[in-house]
Amino acid sequence: MSLLTVNEVRKSYGGVKALGGCTMSFADGAINGLIGPNGSGKTTLFNVVTGYEKPDSGTVHFRGRDMTGASPDQVFAAGIGRTFQLTRIFSKLSVLENVHVAAQRKGTISQLKSWTTGSEHERAVEALDFVGLTGLSREPAGSLSYGQQKLLEFAFIMVAQPSVMLLDEPAGGVNPSLLKHLAGRIRALNQEGVTFIIVEHDMEFVMGLCDQVSVMNNGTALMEGPPDKVRSNPAVLEAYLGSDLTEDE
Amino acid sequence: MSTATSSAATSGTAASKVPPPYELPALVRFGALAVVVAFALLFPLIFPNPAVTTIAIFALMFTLAVSGWNIFSGYSGYIALGGAVFYGVGQYTSALLIIHLNVTPGWAEFYLLPVAGIVAVVVSVPLGWLLLRVRKHTFIVLTIASMFIFQLFAFNWRGLTGGSQGLTVPQPLWQGSYFNQPFYYVTLGAAAVAIAASWSVRRSKFGLGLLAIRDDEDRARSLGVNTRRTKLVGFAISAFFLGMAGAIYAPFVGSVFPQFAFDPTFDLAMAVMAFTGGLGTIVGPALGAVFIESSQQYFQLQYGQDNVFLLIYGALFVLVLRFLPDGIVPSLSRRWRERVAARASAAAAPPTTGPTAAVPISSAAEQGELLK
Amino acid sequence: MLITQAVIDGILVGGFYALMAAGLTLVFGVMDIVNFAQGALVVMGAYLSYAIVSHVNINPFLTLFVTVPAEALLGVAVYYLLIKPIKRDRTVMSLLVMFAVATLVEGALDLIFTSNLVQIPTSFATSSIQIGKLIFPTVYLYSFALSAVLLGALYLLLYRSRFGRSLRASMQNPVAARLIGIDTDRVSALTLGIGVGLAAAGGMIFGTTNSFNAASSYDLISRLLVIVILGGFGSIGGALVAAMLMLVIQDVVAVVWSPVWGQTVFYVALFVVLLLRPQGLFGKQGVRAQ
Repeated sequence: MSLLTVNEVRKSYGGVKALGGCTMSFADGAINGLIGPNGSGKTTLFNVVTGYEKPDSGTVHFRGRDMTGASPDQVFAAGIGRTFQLTRIFSKLSVLENVHVAAQRKGTISQLKSWTTGSEHERAVEALDFVGLTGLSREPAGSLSYGQQKLLEFAFIMVAQPSVMLLDEPAGGVNPSLLKHLAGRIRALNQEGVTFIIVEHDMEFVMGLCDQVSVMNNGTALMEGPPDKVRSNPAVLEAYLGSDLTEDE
Repeated sequence: MSTATSSAATSGTAASKVPPPYELPALVRFGALAVVVAFALLFPLIFPNPAVTTIAIFALMFTLAVSGWNIFSGYSGYIALGGAVFYGVGQYTSALLIIHLNVTPGWAEFYLLPVAGIVAVVVSVPLGWLLLRVRKHTFIVLTIASMFIFQLFAFNWRGLTGGSQGLTVPQPLWQGSYFNQPFYYVTLGAAAVAIAASWSVRRSKFGLGLLAIRDDEDRARSLGVNTRRTKLVGFAISAFFLGMAGAIYAPFVGSVFPQFAFDPTFDLAMAVMAFTGGLGTIVGPALGAVFIESSQQYFQLQYGQDNVFLLIYGALFVLVLRFLPDGIVPSLSRRWRERVAARASAAAAPPTTGPTAAVPISSAAEQGELLK
Repeated sequence: MLITQAVIDGILVGGFYALMAAGLTLVFGVMDIVNFAQGALVVMGAYLSYAIVSHVNINPFLTLFVTVPAEALLGVAVYYLLIKPIKRDRTVMSLLVMFAVATLVEGALDLIFTSNLVQIPTSFATSSIQIGKLIFPTVYLYSFALSAVLLGALYLLLYRSRFGRSLRASMQNPVAARLIGIDTDRVSALTLGIGVGLAAAGGMIFGTTNSFNAASSYDLISRLLVIVILGGFGSIGGALVAAMLMLVIQDVVAVVWSPVWGQTVFYVALFVVLLLRPQGLFGKQGVRAQ
């Protein structure tokens, strides 16, 4: 079953057309990649799908349910987690507290109990350990470097235990050995049943990791398929010719 | 703040340990607390002069009010510059109940403190429901407008509030220098409760939600924080304490007037005290309240000038906002943190705990810094 | 008849409320800043004119040559000293800063002039023109004329001068404006200066037509906020229409009900408008809080 289908989605900002009739679908249970040259509309599509932008027209369906124009918290409640390319963390709180914000606790009265107790504390520490930020737990999140903040974003959605993770350029600003570790963890989570849609510029990262890759260009879908097919497709190569094929930011 | 023991115990399989929080050594903390508590309890016995205890009572009353106000406005960043709404409601509630229920002047009047607090909460629910639908800057303006609307009603609903004549509140019949003592201890107790609540909220999951709202409300919402409910509850909690402060003022001063109940200078004073001490901290508001209110009361006593305080508060507010917007306590704690961190990295070559612990993943994260 | 008189009064008075609101709406539009001190600055203008007239017996309108430049300079200074240095959380912090400035000004005025109500005396204070049953107080007519002149000059500045072009560009897109070489800091500072200068002019008129003291600033700022929100940010014409509308409503309510309820009209309108506008105070910022 298709996890996520967008149909003829259009989005313009004033005179700038970001998405012009974009139709794509992403497979459930897979690690999906979403690539395309700068300005192809990848992040806009993400914003539309996760409720941060309303599409001008078109529909978004998640596991058969119409989620067009849903708000970010509705999207979250549906089990979709999302990271941001320009990180949005809670800068005055410590790293550990940041992750705890994302860790949900059930029950009204229990909200009044200390945030250090409770089962979600283990999940939070695990998530931090996973991304390697445990040593910085007590530092204010605002003092983290850009790369570290990206990792914190990843810890956010991990702790919320969503069934789908949308990662917006997770590799940018992260060093190579850690990148390999991250890829390994994504695969591990995928084995446990988490579906991924990853927007990335880093070709090696995407091709080595993803089962399915979709390509966007000029606000529409260009093609989708397994990494090898996409890699060797002449239309894809042409879309990238003349634009940056950089692997990092 | 969490304790090191609980986080270490539950970190399970993690090879790296969560570092301990940046706190003063427990001995220092408890020691300081003990000294402060002892001093506070003995204060009226050390300084029995009613002029001095009056200053103390007002300082404590503001500590109660500002700490309570800070629980919402400080933690969530929704600066309610019209918090006097609840202060005034507390004053009028206490006054009206004392008058109409023929409450025996004396200790019985203090039973009305929680009642006034609850009435303030009841008012805060629909008001908060209306006001918390907008963004922070709009909220600030709306709270000011609300306060003036309440003031106008107080002036014009003469049947209930006595209009501009105000209400005269029967005061306890204690004599002479004894009069202040019960007020002092009750206010001290209420202020202590407010500070304890402030501490408890800060430690709680709920409090974390408020703080997340302050830093990035939309992100908090998208991570599953019920921002609507969190804000409403926070607003109600702060209303409770502000109402109690009003309920102390009414029997202490003996009269309630619309312009002193719904008083914009009260709001300004609270904001200045909270910002100077440190908005969003636990001790900051209390520090600001104690020092600034004591100073004002003292100057008023010595020099009698009444109307210079608006100017002074305004000027102080401008200066604090321009030069020390975080307040005193956060600046101090930041410097403490830097000293601790500097000491830690200078301490040992291969450190076994702290940010540079020898775990591959952690150090890789450190090296990730270089990539940017 | 009474109602018609109320309507006329509302229109005439609305004129100079629009003058006071014009500066506020411009600052909103260009800098995304709520100049919460506008009310206090109007009162300051009133007191300045009053002080001059108390010492030198001249037509209050002449005091404008002193008060307007003085306050305009103050506005520029406030921008560079207090607003420009704000790095984080600009909208909330600037609101708080201007609130602080407002109380500082009010406190100073209260200290210097005490809380006694005063009014700027004019030689034509009691004269009026009567047409049929309707009375047109001379002072209202002159102030309406002055407002028309100043607003007209403002219009010319905005739409016929280079500075005006820069200002409108900064309003529409500050980043783009900077990219094409507009010094947005200078534009902002001058805009605040103009806004405060207009406040001084409005203040003189306010002072001749009302008895006032330092505390009048609270009432004023809430009225001005309503007018600006209703009229739309950056829209001088909108401010004019909204000002007249609100003043007419206030005067009619005062006549039909009571003057007290007339007073509450503005606070209630502020409440209602802010609640109904999903964008809150700033139209540009899109998504609502909830």
